Amino acid sequence: MTTNPFDADRPPERQGRRGGGRRRGGGSQAGHGGRRRTDESVMVPEVSFDSYYGRHIVKPAPWDKEVAAYLFLGGVAGGSALLAAGGAALNYPALRRVGRVGAVVGAALGGAALAKDLGRPSRALNMMRTVKLTSPMSVGTWILTAFGSFSGLALASELSGILLGGGSGSTPSSGGAVAVLSRALELADGPATVGSALFGAPLAAYTAVLLSDTATPTWHESYHELPLVFVSSANLASAGLALIAVPTSQNGPARKLAALSAVVELAAFEVMQHRMGPTLSEPLRTGKAGKLLRLSRALTVGGAVGAVTLGSNRVAAAVSGLSLMAASALTRFGVFDAGMVSAIDPKYTVEPQRERLERRRAAGAIHDSITTAR
Amino acid sequence: MDFWRNQLSGPTNPSVDAAWQDGEPRKGFFTDTSICIGCKACEVACKEWNAIPEDGLDLLSQSYDNTGALGASTWRHVAFVEQSSDRIEQARESGRRLVELGMPSLRSRETSDAVGAPGSSPLGSAAQANTSLAVADVPALPDMRWLMSSDVCKHCTHAACLDVCPTGSLFRSEFGTVVVQDDICNGCGYCVAACPFGVIERRQGDEGHERAKQSHGISIRGSSSVSTVDATTSSTQSVGSAHAANSGFANNGEVKNVGIAQKCTLCYDRLGDGQTPACAQACPTTSIKFGDLADMRAAAQDRVAQLHGQGFTEARLYGTDPNDGVGGTGSVFLLLDEPEVYGLPPDPRVTTADLPDMFRKAGYAALTMMAMAAASFVRRRP
Repeated sequence: MTTNPFDADRPPERQGRRGGGRRRGGGSQAGHGGRRRTDESVMVPEVSFDSYYGRHIVKPAPWDKEVAAYLFLGGVAGGSALLAAGGAALNYPALRRVGRVGAVVGAALGGAALAKDLGRPSRALNMMRTVKLTSPMSVGTWILTAFGSFSGLALASELSGILLGGGSGSTPSSGGAVAVLSRALELADGPATVGSALFGAPLAAYTAVLLSDTATPTWHESYHELPLVFVSSANLASAGLALIAVPTSQNGPARKLAALSAVVELAAFEVMQHRMGPTLSEPLRTGKAGKLLRLSRALTVGGAVGAVTLGSNRVAAAVSGLSLMAASALTRFGVFDAGMVSAIDPKYTVEPQRERLERRRAAGAIHDSITTAR
Repeated sequence: MDFWRNQLSGPTNPSVDAAWQDGEPRKGFFTDTSICIGCKACEVACKEWNAIPEDGLDLLSQSYDNTGALGASTWRHVAFVEQSSDRIEQARESGRRLVELGMPSLRSRETSDAVGAPGSSPLGSAAQANTSLAVADVPALPDMRWLMSSDVCKHCTHAACLDVCPTGSLFRSEFGTVVVQDDICNGCGYCVAACPFGVIERRQGDEGHERAKQSHGISIRGSSSVSTVDATTSSTQSVGSAHAANSGFANNGEVKNVGIAQKCTLCYDRLGDGQTPACAQACPTTSIKFGDLADMRAAAQDRVAQLHGQGFTEARLYGTDPNDGVGGTGSVFLLLDEPEVYGLPPDPRVTTADLPDMFRKAGYAALTMMAMAAASFVRRRP
């Protein structure tokens, strides 16, 4: 390529955007080169890392708020199932009842949110064509299915105890099909409660793998601690629900769970950010996601302190519970948004990859790069 | 045990791993960007053959590239990058560093050609690492240059999209390629987030979610978006638009498979008939070559050696090494600058390589959750 006289007719020289223009790329400037281009002939601004016109390399997940909502609802469901099981085992009837309702409602709403987010909701059942261990979404589908079945059964047993008078009376008076059903549900109560509790924790934990098993930089690199953050957040949400709906005489476990989970979540989140490093954790600290997550932390602390100190007051317990549920939802939405930001800005794809590549090369590894000279 | 270890990362033969018996050789592309002229014939041929809907006629103000990126309705994308001479010099320098990074130097490369297959030479020894590049005459730097590169799905050895697909819609073909079955995909979108190259995408429309920033920033209006025309007001115009709505030609042509993940199939239908994919057949400069992947890798290695011999150290290969993060790609490229300049990731890694560790961490977390719940019931008050 050569120049011709008409090349003199150039647009006026553009000032290179320093600092603010970092994310606009275009191959006009090397990331590692110290020199700044002064030639005005190239139309794109300068960058400190290379990208193709600032376009994202990995694509953001085409997921809407429904998926973030599902992260929260699945957490509520899983945590509630555990509280219900504890309540059933140790005779907290109100806690058991609220936990069972929370488990079923959370799972049902969450499943509906997932189906709604599909590109083809009419094909939602195609999720059950196969069992695929390499796909966290497939694994999660089966976890949710098993959890929903057990929790539904447990709730049915609960309802039958209320409606049909089962549970207390060993000899049903009405006889016939209703009695058989009531007796069957009574027998199923224990296994359903155990099954629901056993699938509850995986339901709350797998959603972290669901996010991490992507090319979205912030989600993937958080995979060490994100499950811990998510299960703690699930505990907070379900404890919050119990604090709202359970009388103060039976909310002791929920208050303890709130305190314990708040500590674990805050600590795990700090460790997670630290491990990810300044670049990849930036989406968690800045912008909308940063705001959501800061608010979440404040509500977590407030809710947990409130639950522990004022949990014997019905109103204060409910307010603390609400604050904990909100904190959990904000955590999920914050992490969700941070991932989207990290996918859309090529900086978060290029810079960490370039860094780890240079690190490996500096260590003498030359056989594992996608770019080769031969 | 080797079989299992290589299921998530490392060199392997994907079609054998997918239990294909009849042993078709793995097919692939070699896209030589050094002879691409940016005619976009590949984009057009791809669209025509695969009946991909039009996805916007916007001017993106990005040099001569108004396609933007690979996506649901763009399975070949020609990138255009304008570079000044100092940028070319940097590319040449970074390429030279790559050559000197323990790779065989040009001289040893030429001798190894005579001795054996290029791929069989040992991974750089310390002695090779220190050999400097012996280039007789370095070509003069031009004032500027255009980089033009036709991007396409990489058909990875370890394809994240395929691994994470929960429905089994994505499958590994007998040619070692990765193909979507559009009658099974339910548009969950997991593959979109999983692809380290940002290739696969859910086709947007009424059933999908419009998001202007995504990919092209171009929206497609599906045929179902046209409301049914009131039959009573049958002017000529409304009859015309009713016809358009009924036949699916709403605003910009028929949009099929809305809400479903779509990407290059490496013309699976043509391959089955022994044909060349449409893009490779249409390419007027043979920048896009198609054939057995082993041949493509060898051709790429010969070509980069030839360019290095002429002093063009900026030339480098992308995706030929089966030890990279995705186990080598089925579409290999010869690039003239760092990959990120073309919008390619510099060090992609299939996300499922870490999946066992992720599940382990999640398992610990689930146990912790149960322990926390159990602990909160301790010392219950009567």
